[in-house]
Amino acid sequence: MIPEIGHFALILALCVAVVQGSLPIYGAAVGNAALMSVAKPAARGQFILVLLAFCCLGYAFAVKDFSVLYVAATSNSHLPLHYRLAAIWGAHEGSLLLWTFILTVWMVAVTFFSEHLPEAMRARILGVMGLVSLGFLLFMLTVSNPFERLIPAAADGRDLNPLLQDPGMVMHPPMLYMGYVGFSVAFAFAIAALLGGNLDAAWARWSRPWTTAAWCFLTVGIALGSGWAYYELGWGGWWFWDPVENASFMPWLAGTALMHSLAVTDKRGGFKVWTVLLAILAFSLSLVGTFLVRSGVLTSVHAFATDPKRGLFILVFLAIVIGGSLVLYAWRAPRVGLGGGFDMVSREAMLLGNNVLLVAALGSVFLGTLYPLFLDAMGLGKISVGPPYFDTVFVPLMTPAIFLMGIGPLAQWKKASLPDLARRLRWAFGASVVTALLLPFVLGKWTPLLSLGLLLASWVVTTAAVNVWERVSRLVDTSVMSALVTLPRAYWGMVVAHCGIAVFIVGVTMVKGFEVEQDLRMNVGETSTIGGYTFRFDGVQNIKGPNYTAARGMFHVSQGGHDVTDMFPEKRHYPVQNQAMTEAAIDTGLLRDLYVSLGEPLPGGAWSVRLYHKPFIDWIWGGCLIMALGGVLAMTDRRYRLAGRREESLVSDLPRPVGPEVS
Amino acid sequence: MRRWLLVLLLIPCLVSAEEAKPLAENPQAEARLKTLALELRCLVCQNQTLADSTAPLAEDLRREVREMIAKNMSDQEIRDFLVQRYGDFVLYRPPLKATTTFLWLGPFLLLVVGGVTLALALRRRAKTVPDPTLSAEDHQAVAQMLSEGIKRS
Amino acid sequence: MKRFLLPLAIFVVVVGFLGIGLTLNPREVPSPLVGKPAPEFALPQLHDPQQMLSLQDLRGKVWLLNFWASWCGGCKEEHPVLMQLAKNGEVPIYGMDYKDRRDEGVAWLRRWGNPYSVIAVDESGRVGINYGVYGVPETYVIDKAGVIRYKQIGPLDESILDKKIMPLVRELQQQ
Repeated sequence: MIPEIGHFALILALCVAVVQGSLPIYGAAVGNAALMSVAKPAARGQFILVLLAFCCLGYAFAVKDFSVLYVAATSNSHLPLHYRLAAIWGAHEGSLLLWTFILTVWMVAVTFFSEHLPEAMRARILGVMGLVSLGFLLFMLTVSNPFERLIPAAADGRDLNPLLQDPGMVMHPPMLYMGYVGFSVAFAFAIAALLGGNLDAAWARWSRPWTTAAWCFLTVGIALGSGWAYYELGWGGWWFWDPVENASFMPWLAGTALMHSLAVTDKRGGFKVWTVLLAILAFSLSLVGTFLVRSGVLTSVHAFATDPKRGLFILVFLAIVIGGSLVLYAWRAPRVGLGGGFDMVSREAMLLGNNVLLVAALGSVFLGTLYPLFLDAMGLGKISVGPPYFDTVFVPLMTPAIFLMGIGPLAQWKKASLPDLARRLRWAFGASVVTALLLPFVLGKWTPLLSLGLLLASWVVTTAAVNVWERVSRLVDTSVMSALVTLPRAYWGMVVAHCGIAVFIVGVTMVKGFEVEQDLRMNVGETSTIGGYTFRFDGVQNIKGPNYTAARGMFHVSQGGHDVTDMFPEKRHYPVQNQAMTEAAIDTGLLRDLYVSLGEPLPGGAWSVRLYHKPFIDWIWGGCLIMALGGVLAMTDRRYRLAGRREESLVSDLPRPVGPEVS
Repeated sequence: MRRWLLVLLLIPCLVSAEEAKPLAENPQAEARLKTLALELRCLVCQNQTLADSTAPLAEDLRREVREMIAKNMSDQEIRDFLVQRYGDFVLYRPPLKATTTFLWLGPFLLLVVGGVTLALALRRRAKTVPDPTLSAEDHQAVAQMLSEGIKRS
Repeated sequence: MKRFLLPLAIFVVVVGFLGIGLTLNPREVPSPLVGKPAPEFALPQLHDPQQMLSLQDLRGKVWLLNFWASWCGGCKEEHPVLMQLAKNGEVPIYGMDYKDRRDEGVAWLRRWGNPYSVIAVDESGRVGINYGVYGVPETYVIDKAGVIRYKQIGPLDESILDKKIMPLVRELQQQ
């Protein structure tokens, strides 16, 4: 009965989506206030209905209702409750429900934080989101129904893929989807503005916090996924340039470019045509990612069980949504005005230069991901594009972007002077070069990439420091502390996010440069020393988990005779899916991770064991979290909160005494 | 007596507390194998490198590569051996040839085209867009908004 | 304004490719060996380890080389097709028992029937590597001059046999 209620709720949600996607947009076109006012209650109603469906599916998992096909396929009576609930998004149908649910969450958020928007704008935004949601509801109800019954019911479920039985599974997909789907808001703003013909600086101002919010979620989502792969896949890598990872990375790059381009449009009213295209691009790439993951056109470690019908459905949907937006774009964009002027050397120009670099980097990821498919489709043979390609192409494209990242925030808006910038940045540059050249020798090893990484990281940090110092010293009358507090939050957001990039670069550089790996044959009692840590193998014991059995290795770690920790890597066996899993043991630290992964038993009682010493690896994810923190600071800036209360949002940052012109 | 027994029991532990041996018989060859295999794709579980995969075919191929290393074959010869049998698909670093030119050059082409377009657009703007000078009415309007804003907040 | 149509044009091309992509199998890797001489081998036979089977023995006739194993599920799936083909006798099928235990291979054939003229045993999988095998079953069509003319990856079925393999075999036999 409960699953039928869920199914019915989805059908009702579909009906509401039809209304939400049509009446308000039509109402905005003809200026009918009654029709426009349908948008808000429709969006909220849709949220309630999808939430209901989501809870129904959750209930079916909680009570182990194996008469629901999806529940029987992705869980098992021995699976612990928290993983049964996470199994809601453990496969195609349920994750699609999560996608739709999150879309309605963003819709409701828009209804609450859009008081300051003109009625027609809000109606169009919610209408566009309603149309997107219509597509996904239709997709679920036609070819991916999570509530489909299994009659007769299965005696027990086939269990969740052991790879997914992990805390990462609980957090990673919701975060990632919050990001992916969040770009639908910026997309809807863009389409609404194109429809209404009011693509202006106000549009950019309104879009900024939404874009930043989605970007923060996506950043955290990607970082969680990467961290999960690091400890769950058992070979200590953190990014594989797998098609599915790329599918999440491409919207991130587009979103990053969008945030910066929105800054230019917001400040100068310029490059609107480009910014609106980026807004369409970011969400389009989210949809393309969904297609790539679920259609089976690319092989991937994450691939969902695939079905050509589903692939075809998403492709048609994608063609309608993106194709339709691009037609609208081609039709409306030529009429958009130019906005205010600025010089070839100015903060605006640098932000746009960075945009070009980011888009080229995005192009490399896109080409690398889809090129094998292109060649195959043309019958020109099969190739593989893997990490060596991306490392070779991506790094040279991002290096100048990061260099610009240091200069941009110090350049004046409208017109900057290069000699002046050079003068202000000479100390930062000198300090970075010295760090990049000397630090590797202090650490005992020099490679060009090591120096490059350290150069970029220290460049970002030192230029940020110069920037903050200049700002503070300009506020003459106040003490340093109160000056720091006076600086607007959006400014701090930028500084923090950029420093997050630096932290990330340090992590990547140090791990690549100084990681130590040992493949060993260890007998009980034997030791091995890497990175100054001595690992002693104390044997293996057999243990039993709720739905698996495992061999659990015991390692004692010491450093210079002092005990550090004990580590327990496991080799698990999940009987239902008859799958073996390597559960690595990781000792996390600020400056290094110790990583032990248990291999196979060898003749003579020994085990094959892999030990890693990974310096600074946690800085990779730490950097991502710092970036996201920067985003949170930026979007909670005072002017956005004021914009919520005032109609004249364009001038809302004028009343402040010191021109806090920030990106 | 008891104390002695304890010592006797401890002896094996002390004796075996020695340095563990590398898994591979020849660690140098193994390191070379690893570097090579990290750029090779496993054909069975297709999204793993030959270094990471535990598929039986991957193990066989690693064995072949080890033997080729022992025979002192160059990296290129080893890659050619695999390409002859499985095609370019095994290479994670696609070779630069007619069909992959766009793959390797595309992003840089995009960068150049984007850069030139941006530079042209900026030049055009600098010429066409006048610096908006504020009129007296504009100043008055802003002043009015400001005072309203201050009153309200 | 043509430049504003550019994104749409790019998108249409991409969607076209994605559409074609739906009809392709990304896991199937075409063999570079088609059109090249079949790699040499000389291996002991399954039923009589003293006897060898080598490529040279098969010169001058068109034949199928089928890699299989008793542990492989797809092999059982295609087995009836092979049995049928063996019965009509149009083309000889030679088996290559790939990375298998001899007794298990023999038992498997006893249970399900033996469609092969002769079976060789590739215990180490080395011949498989030379032929570019990456998953059994795989089937090669080899012509009179010992050149590989076609490679089937995965189980054979009747339609592949009728539409691709048998017409090719007949054509090669005419030469």
